[in-house]
Amino acid sequence: MTTTIPEDDAAIGTAAVPVQRAVRMRPGARHLIVAALVAVAFVIPFFAKSFVTFQLTEVLIYGLAILGLNLLTGFNGQFSLGHSAFYGIGAYTAAILIHNYEISYLWTIPAAGGVCFVIGFLFGLPALRLQNLYLALATFALATAMPQILKFHALEGWTGGVQGLVVDQPDAPDFLSMIDSDQWLYYFTLIIVLAMFACAASLIRSRTGRAIMAIRDNPIAAAAMGINNSLYKTLTFGVSALYTGVAGALGALAIGFVAPDSFTIFLSISLLVGLVIGGVGSIPGCLVGGLFVLYVPNIANALSTGLAGAIYGVILLIVIFVMPAGAAGFVRLAVARMSRWRRASPEGR
Amino acid sequence: MELLLQQVMAGLANGAIYACMALAVVMIFQAIDHLNFAQGEMAMFSTFIAWQLIAWGAPYWVAFAAAVVISFIAGVLIDRVLFRPVQKAPILSQLVAFIALFSILNSSAGQIWDYTIKTFPTPFGHTPLLGSLVDTHEAGMIGVTLLLLALLYAFFRGTRLGLAMRAAAANPESARLVGIRIGWMTALGWGMAAAIGSVAGMLIAPVVFLEPNMMIGVLLYGFAGAVLGGLSSPAGAVLGGFAVGVLENLAGTFIPYVGRELKLTLALIMIVIVLMFRPSGLFGRSVVSRV
Repeated sequence: MTTTIPEDDAAIGTAAVPVQRAVRMRPGARHLIVAALVAVAFVIPFFAKSFVTFQLTEVLIYGLAILGLNLLTGFNGQFSLGHSAFYGIGAYTAAILIHNYEISYLWTIPAAGGVCFVIGFLFGLPALRLQNLYLALATFALATAMPQILKFHALEGWTGGVQGLVVDQPDAPDFLSMIDSDQWLYYFTLIIVLAMFACAASLIRSRTGRAIMAIRDNPIAAAAMGINNSLYKTLTFGVSALYTGVAGALGALAIGFVAPDSFTIFLSISLLVGLVIGGVGSIPGCLVGGLFVLYVPNIANALSTGLAGAIYGVILLIVIFVMPAGAAGFVRLAVARMSRWRRASPEGR
Repeated sequence: MELLLQQVMAGLANGAIYACMALAVVMIFQAIDHLNFAQGEMAMFSTFIAWQLIAWGAPYWVAFAAAVVISFIAGVLIDRVLFRPVQKAPILSQLVAFIALFSILNSSAGQIWDYTIKTFPTPFGHTPLLGSLVDTHEAGMIGVTLLLLALLYAFFRGTRLGLAMRAAAANPESARLVGIRIGWMTALGWGMAAAIGSVAGMLIAPVVFLEPNMMIGVLLYGFAGAVLGGLSSPAGAVLGGFAVGVLENLAGTFIPYVGRELKLTLALIMIVIVLMFRPSGLFGRSVVSRV
């Protein structure tokens, strides 16, 4: 029987991220739902206004960034408040390659992913020594440092200093001339996001995914079973940074410029909020999180400009009270209740 | 040598601010085992309440005392109303609740008192001491922080209530078994943290000037100081706060080329390095747990 004295970080151990199993459905149902949603996603730009398409692009981008955070915090149990730094690095990589070196935007995506993977991996090495709260502070430090580093005068030749860099938006390729650049950006983002979500889902279902989750649930037992904790933890850090970095690069392409003050600790906090609202440890939940992060601040602003922050806070509190485990947890609870109800009714209750 | 002394004293003066904040952070950490992101905003709100009372004509010390009492009550209320329902939720969800509180307090303060900078009076005056190394207000800050620390030490070590709070934080089940009301101990911890935060806010406001965003920078340094000193040790947190202030100033002055622009980054890097060698902070106790 485990007895832990709740002091410092011991209490914020495995309780931080509860084990979550995928929602149980009929085998074909899940694939049908995903296929239907993907089909809808492909068709929307033809019916929606240009601005809505742009917003949906941003939802996809935030969803991808939150997926990166989810891989690290939700599936591996390593707390990170620093993902705004990786998002920023990805965005600046793309911007610098396009602005200073005139490289096609297609190559910036893998480049941003690669750079962020290396940096994430390197950050993961010292992170091995820090637990929970202290890791949170170290990542907090990274996130706070990033805007300062980006504004640093010695790097101004590359980063453009305080003003940042302008990124030309990519045009649709010639054989697809009937769609405009907003729609092309949407499809480009959609294809990349779908591919990366599929990779993440497949990673989680594999042996590696089980090892990653084992480390989250009980690091000592995982080590006893022969899992190389250090290797998996640093690799997960790298992969998580890769995902968020690619999201950053896509973000730079979508918005059209990068500036140091877009990548502050508040972005990290938004990603964290999105993660929790969508459901920690749930891959589809990341998109729900992305929707929340994009739309709710706008809704709060529309309701009252002066008290926008207060309304946002109240909405956040209500959502947390009603759905403490996030949207994914809520869906799981609802499905479980419905199947219990369906099983109970033949008995005449 | 003269420059070093000057920068150290200036660092200590800044450090007093961070130390005060760090004390409030550790106070609440001892009660609820989480870092409270909204601590700074609660302190800011209390300071605004004090400012409003002074604007309505109350003398300084009356407003001070009233703000401390109101903050205490508000802290208890926030615990009972906001955090009781999410106690069973995963830690990340509770974190989001803190973020929500932060957002609500910041925005409400801006709406009620608007964003123009206001001056806040100090009971200590601003006359320079020790040949212009510090002024009386900064000395007062250091003095009040140390006094608070002494009072807290006496409370926790010398009173039954303090013992009960420590028991509730250390081992809730056993404490419940001996008759300690855990819920009320947590609420008391919140109230005390809010009160200490309000004192910190009212000391800081004369230096950084009163406006809704004044605490955001300070809070980060307060966290850093608390973690550096060790989250289980209030004295450590105060020392950590002073250390962060001095480190930041020395880094800014003496490290060439990067010093000024990357002050905060350097201070944080140094803290992370310390944590790598002493993972529980300088004075924290490392927990031994059976698995």
